[in-house]
Amino acid sequence: MGSLSAVWSEFTAWLPHVQLAHFLIVSAILFAAGLYAIVTRRNAILVLMGVELVLNAANINLVAFARFGSLNLDGQAAAIFVIILAACEAAIALAIVLNIYHRFQTINVDEVSSLKE
Amino acid sequence: MEMFDIIFYVFAVVAVVSAGIVVFSRNVLYAAFSLVFTLFSVAAFYALLQADFLAVTQVLIYVGGIVVLMLFGLMLTNNVVSVDIRGGAVQTIPALIITAMVAGSLAGVFYSTWSKTPVAPLSASSTTPTLGSMLMTSYLLPFEVASVVLLVSLIGAAMIARRHRKA
Repeated sequence: MGSLSAVWSEFTAWLPHVQLAHFLIVSAILFAAGLYAIVTRRNAILVLMGVELVLNAANINLVAFARFGSLNLDGQAAAIFVIILAACEAAIALAIVLNIYHRFQTINVDEVSSLKE
Repeated sequence: MEMFDIIFYVFAVVAVVSAGIVVFSRNVLYAAFSLVFTLFSVAAFYALLQADFLAVTQVLIYVGGIVVLMLFGLMLTNNVVSVDIRGGAVQTIPALIITAMVAGSLAGVFYSTWSKTPVAPLSASSTTPTLGSMLMTSYLLPFEVASVVLLVSLIGAAMIARRHRKA
């Protein structure tokens, strides 16, 4: 128990001074939230929002390592390409969702289960 | 607690709470609008990490583009005026357990590995000129490929989303 309280006091002393790990932990929380949305949501657009959350979490990591690690501006360049591809993905996925809606009259991903009518 | 830390914690709370609303809200419109707040606070993180160009890009593309696109999608595919605006959820308990484990293990690894990182010195210069010249030199090929990918995906999206005429 003594070691546990030592770890806890070290943690509370570490907490107010924002460093690399603070950003990484926030991005871990955002990643898990996006994962939860992808797994549980029935509405296809909300699944897409989960994907966006996951991409943003990854981007926070890239930029944080660009600031604190040895990645320098290469991390930010990679983050730019992630944003570009996220825009492409959103456009294509929403087009597919609209098409699915025209065909099935629903976009709940668990009801769209037939390949061909 | 300096100003930097206070600002970080404000935006961290905003990001986590609004991400929770995105994930747990029953109303899909509330989810879409709180996604705006999440993306804004991610832009604030970029600004705190001295990625000024990325922060602006985040606001322009995500908040101005992607979220608006998703709102269009929601409006076109849900019967907003009549009935069903709810987005249900399936398998919530197992998913909650699994994602909590994922978040906990990731955060634990991050904390145990990177918590002792020394703070890098602040540099006052803007990153935009350097990033621009990097995109034109060492990242020229990915930059051009990305432009072609954007063009093709937008044309493809327009083709897919168009109502097909009966031939």
